[in-house]
Amino acid sequence: MYIDPHIHMVSRTTDDYQRMALAGCVAITEPAFWAGYDRSSAQGFVDYFGLLTDTEPRRAAQFGIKHHTWLCINPKESEDIGLAREVLAEIPAFLDRPNVLGIGEIGLNKNSRNELVVLDEHIALAKKHNLLILVHTPHLEDKLKGTRLIMDAIISQGVDPGRVLIDHVEEHTVRLVLDRGFWAGMTLYPDTKCTPQRAADIFEMHGTDRMWINSAADWGVSDPLAVPKCRDEMRRRGHLDAVIRKVSFDNPRAFLSQSGRFAIS
Amino acid sequence: MSSPQTAAQVIDQYFLEHRAKALDLAAFLDRIERASDGAPVAGSHDIRVRALLRAIDLLRDGKPERARRLLELWSDQTTEPIAKAPMKGAIGAAPLPGAAPLSGAASLP
Ligand SMILES: [Zn+2]
Repeated sequence: MYIDPHIHMVSRTTDDYQRMALAGCVAITEPAFWAGYDRSSAQGFVDYFGLLTDTEPRRAAQFGIKHHTWLCINPKESEDIGLAREVLAEIPAFLDRPNVLGIGEIGLNKNSRNELVVLDEHIALAKKHNLLILVHTPHLEDKLKGTRLIMDAIISQGVDPGRVLIDHVEEHTVRLVLDRGFWAGMTLYPDTKCTPQRAADIFEMHGTDRMWINSAADWGVSDPLAVPKCRDEMRRRGHLDAVIRKVSFDNPRAFLSQSGRFAIS
Repeated sequence: MSSPQTAAQVIDQYFLEHRAKALDLAAFLDRIERASDGAPVAGSHDIRVRALLRAIDLLRDGKPERARRLLELWSDQTTEPIAKAPMKGAIGAAPLPGAAPLSGAASLP
């Protein structure tokens, strides 16, 4: 039994839900993200929020998987501040939907000034409504700088870091994130993030408190079964079942339950 | 939480996988030199190739936490936000100050 706390099912087939259920997935959370193309209006996001709060929970339920979600305009579409503010204004209307856990995945992409402005406004929205935050950290060479800027922005607004998960950490950012009191997510994603082996290494080096693993499977080359593969990697190394369960079930449940909305069944 | 395995167990379990990765890296460097406009990689001006060659030096320096230090080596070490995002993607190596973005940047989710 496991939770995949970061996956973009909008980009996946129904067969993936079936395979995930067979592998033991009981719940997922799906953050709003860049769909691979730029939406031309705020209405495009309203339609997407409808999918995240209505269509996907029903598709997941067919396979006994609980679906939760996070809403935002992602940093890749935040360079246009005017559009971003129109989308931000639409979010409160969706916050009462039962599967909405908070604001996410917000953060930075290229660490630009406009991205930072839109990030600040999302943090303020989360604070105003007392919502959890799920953070996307930038790719590759931009990750270290972006992770620092994001943490500074969150702390400067007085948000409790224990209610924020900073995702896509790797060896050079995990300690920075944990030391400032945030939760940290490791994404098991080919080529650009962590392999199951490196995720297991990071647990061995930094412990398992306030950490989770996810697949972030989406429209890129990615693997919706990455979480069970990491569990298997840990088992092959001889890690205890309780430890494996902690990182793939107990920890995500503990973080997400702070929303008051998260339920397995 | 530490590693439950002995060094011999780690090597038994992972050696062939990483032997293959080392071979892939060697063949990749050869492929760049064999390209139609190929030149010795040691003199490459491509910051990604230079980043890889520096990484190979780092692997042999005998110090711990190679993965963390490698990622730091490949990271943008500036601290101020940039004026405007020049693209959506990333290239995987630290940019040179003031250099135009590389056309080969991958668009990532
Ligand atoms: Zn994502």
